[in-house]
Amino acid sequence: MQTIISPLLVSHRLSLAPPVPRLLNNYHHRAPTSIRLSSHRSTNSLRLFSSTVVAAAAAAAAASRDSEMATEDVQDPRIAKIASSIRVIPDFPKPGIMFQDITTLLLDTEAFKDTIALFVERYKDKDISVVAGVEARGFIFGPPIALAIGAKFVPMRKPKKLPGKVISEEYSLEYGTDKIEMHVGAVEPGERAIIIDDLIATGGTLAAAIRLLERVGVKIVECACVIELPELKGKDKLGETPLFVLVSSA
Amino acid sequence: MSGNKEEEDPRINGIKTKIRVVPDFPKKGIMFQDITTVLLDPKAFKDTIDLFVERYRDKNISVVAGIEARGFIFGPPIALAIGAKFVPLRKPKKLPGETIFEEYELEYGNDRLEMHIGAVEAGDRALVVDDLIATGGTLCAAINLLERVGAEVVECACVIELPDLKGRQRLKGKPLCMLVEYR
Repeated sequence: MQTIISPLLVSHRLSLAPPVPRLLNNYHHRAPTSIRLSSHRSTNSLRLFSSTVVAAAAAAAAASRDSEMATEDVQDPRIAKIASSIRVIPDFPKPGIMFQDITTLLLDTEAFKDTIALFVERYKDKDISVVAGVEARGFIFGPPIALAIGAKFVPMRKPKKLPGKVISEEYSLEYGTDKIEMHVGAVEPGERAIIIDDLIATGGTLAAAIRLLERVGVKIVECACVIELPELKGKDKLGETPLFVLVSSA
Repeated sequence: MSGNKEEEDPRINGIKTKIRVVPDFPKKGIMFQDITTVLLDPKAFKDTIDLFVERYRDKNISVVAGIEARGFIFGPPIALAIGAKFVPLRKPKKLPGETIFEEYELEYGNDRLEMHIGAVEAGDRALVVDDLIATGGTLCAAINLLERVGAEVVECACVIELPDLKGRQRLKGKPLCMLVEYR
């Protein structure tokens, strides 16, 4: 089994995934003034809109990346319930951080089912053969999606967890670096993948996951997260890879 | 049902052949049971989940508790299919809210398993899911956490059992369902 370094990284600047039907996933919604999130109230309003980006021309993509989809359609009614099931925990893991806790979403059987359904509806006809999930919360959302669309599930893990031969990619933390690993041979050149995590913050981990898959010749159709923290501009780290999220938390 | 291997089902062999054994991981002498290769085969992965779902769907299970991290791979699909909550049981300091913990022994020293307060309620009927049972220490800690909040642990469900390590005996009398044995 060998690691295949793609000589064609530049080709990823060209057109990637076909345009996504807007009806399903683009919506624009004014933030409610208060959200019921069990006993923990976020002091920030939870804005609900899709960050779907269609990567057409590179320049247009860059300009449109940060804009909400203005026209829109009624928001999918499942989104509000999903958003309200997420609990915000202040000052975790350290003061000043409002942690987006999806474990409460997992306790709401309808919300969890709807979360998976929204992703499955989006990806099931896109010839995705690989769902890559980032440890550990990506392991919760990735497998149900993979099973429903008939794709492999590939765990992307912290160092030394995977038992077989691995390839690694380093990424920056606030202080220092970390690594993400994948088994050699898990994926093959030419496969079409989505990468799943519960949340995108700075985008460092997802960017590393993209690089890891690209090194072995996989095409990343999209990154998909339940939650985005748009102020951290994680989208900008993803290069040409589009990002799809259900809930945006400003 | 007794918590035994589903011996008759033809899907079992398909799953078993997909498990990759990695010698000397994490250290010499250990034959590591790698389930990532099962996950690369959509049919084998689906069959694994289906076998558990078929067993539990009519048992009024309200909670599937999955042990970090490979229990997070098998637990949620089962939970979704049977309409149960999924509750992650995690290593220390990962869960952001208020937690309770249970200590368990490692070969050298101890570790802890944590669960969010309020995730599980008294009277919940629970399954505990992990990819594999070895000594049973982690599963025992999981059972303790669930029982402390008044849940009833109906069964433990693992893809693989290492029967020589006798983990089955450490489950406080709870039954174990596994699909594949490795001796």
